[in-house]
Amino acid sequence: MNLRRLIVIGIPFTWLLLFFLVPFAIVIKISLSDPAIAIPPYSPTLELSGGWAGLKAFFSQLDFENFTFLTLDPLYYTAYLSSLKIATISTLLTLGVAFPMAYGMARAPEEWRATLMMLVILPFWTSFLIRVYSWMGILGKEGFLNMILLWLGIIDEPLTILNTNTAVYIGIVYTYLPFMILPIYSTLEKLDLSLIEAAEDLGCTRTSAFWLVTVPLSVPGVVAGCFLVFIPALGEFVIPSLLGGSDTLMIGKVLWEEFFSNRDWPVASAVAVILLAILIIPIILFQRNQQKQLEGDQ
Amino acid sequence: MTKTWLPMTAAIALVAGSAMAEEVRVYNWSDYIDEALLEKFEAETGYDLIYDVFDSNEVLETKMLAGGSGYDVVVPTGTFLQRQIVAGAFQPLDMSKLPNAGNLWDVIKDRTAQYDPGNAYSINYMWGTTGIGVNTGKVAELLGDDAPINSLDLVFNPANMEKLAECGVHFLDAPTEMVPAALAYAGLDPDAKDADSLAKAEEVLMAVRPYIQKFHSSEYINALANGEICVAFGWSGDILQARDRAAEAENGVEVAYNAPTEGALMWFDQMAIPADAPNPEGAHAFLNFIMDAQNMADASNYVYYANGNKASQELLIEDVIGDTAIYPDEATLENLYTVTPFGPAEQRLLTRLWTRVKSGV
Repeated sequence: MNLRRLIVIGIPFTWLLLFFLVPFAIVIKISLSDPAIAIPPYSPTLELSGGWAGLKAFFSQLDFENFTFLTLDPLYYTAYLSSLKIATISTLLTLGVAFPMAYGMARAPEEWRATLMMLVILPFWTSFLIRVYSWMGILGKEGFLNMILLWLGIIDEPLTILNTNTAVYIGIVYTYLPFMILPIYSTLEKLDLSLIEAAEDLGCTRTSAFWLVTVPLSVPGVVAGCFLVFIPALGEFVIPSLLGGSDTLMIGKVLWEEFFSNRDWPVASAVAVILLAILIIPIILFQRNQQKQLEGDQ
Repeated sequence: MTKTWLPMTAAIALVAGSAMAEEVRVYNWSDYIDEALLEKFEAETGYDLIYDVFDSNEVLETKMLAGGSGYDVVVPTGTFLQRQIVAGAFQPLDMSKLPNAGNLWDVIKDRTAQYDPGNAYSINYMWGTTGIGVNTGKVAELLGDDAPINSLDLVFNPANMEKLAECGVHFLDAPTEMVPAALAYAGLDPDAKDADSLAKAEEVLMAVRPYIQKFHSSEYINALANGEICVAFGWSGDILQARDRAAEAENGVEVAYNAPTEGALMWFDQMAIPADAPNPEGAHAFLNFIMDAQNMADASNYVYYANGNKASQELLIEDVIGDTAIYPDEATLENLYTVTPFGPAEQRLLTRLWTRVKSGV
């Protein structure tokens, strides 16, 4: 193997090792420890000065108690399930909003497309945190939305949206919309229009041509978009804690509570390990989908 | 000032300090000082003061136990201080750098010595009680003129809470405050830590949970003052600040604080210097500045909490020194209890209980 090839392969692997595997090993190690009121707040800690005997003693003190604990307390699986539910529903809602937008963009005159694309990406230039904060101002009891609806006479009493799950859905759909629009747009834009003409020549109406030709051909983009929204939404912390109420149960929030309020680093780490394990399944599916698409293109 | 749960930073304008000045970083509770004092400290000592605030002992402890917080002075409550001292989080005070320590009040020093033996690691900043703040007008409207506003019955009896839910009730997001109160209501020892007693406290809290709008440890000051909520279970001085803000705003809201007759928790917030403080010299300067009689009196006159400084007492306004809700008389003092810290195993029981209460699972 020549040196150049080694370097080319080595760089991403070193990156992965340093910034994923090593931190992950540390998290796993903490998840096997016991909480303690000490600095750092868990025991045992790794002391290399103890030599081989010290290392053996260290490993003998690790156990899976924290993982057993997660199965005993209904809080955790309820939170995982509730996160799955919120992530699934918001992915579907995002798809519902994004598809027409992507379709419109792909069918827009060519000279507009760059501008439209720009408008989709533009919100990213503002901090994510500030954009979520501003939704608090819009959705609150004294917020803009209620003010406008009251003024229009549509409602008599201000709606309670902030601090409910509805606000969380709005926040997730808003935040992740571009991740859904862009992959769908890129598949729709590549779509050969003559296929639709052919379908119409062969007796399809416009609607049935859309369902029989456009939609099936956009599936790779839809699948990619769904994963890009679903995966981060599952572990979301900022949106549920700013917009959600005490009834919003998401695993990201539970993780924060374990770490900061309960100061239980071992349990927090165990929750994080399981969250990752749950996420690996959709991530592998996503990889497969990308792979298939690549092969299809060739 | 608007409050959020996010660690909020109150950056102090660097008017007095030059670019060369050394920094002193202080991490204190929100709404807990007259900010004029911060400028005064910079002007007197030439240090740059970085003043950050928190509203939860738990968050402070997370930072202390993670180490390397970067703060020179922090203000944990007695019970938390005690176990953080054991964990090695603080350095002993150098009394030779604290000439103002002579101003401290023996009565309080004796009490804080149970958390910090010999008061070797900390000085008392302020102390107070945990009790019930009400919007008197709203509560009378919902529960009648004889509403039990000085009793735990108001906040732990579901029949009362069901009615109060309509106008909004906030509880502190602090298990070490709410669980002793629930134990006292159940007629148990507020310092109990065994599983059976905690289960009874959980029952009390769970029964009223549906009627609580929010668990939060600082939002209630403003919410109570502008009439958004009508009951808060919170800290004495915070509720008295809400009373003042409402009076200043002349918005028709009248707030009252009562330590519950079933017994109220008495707590002590202690200033201490982290073991790894970057600037212990500056930290001592800050502690000494705070222990000055005039400075401490200014702080108490502003935030309506009692302090542990004997010399400051003659400089306190009558509203503070004369109020038994702040400086309790003998009879009220009888009614106050203190608690001890939770050990590691008990701690987990407590945090689980609290997570269940908050999430309703």
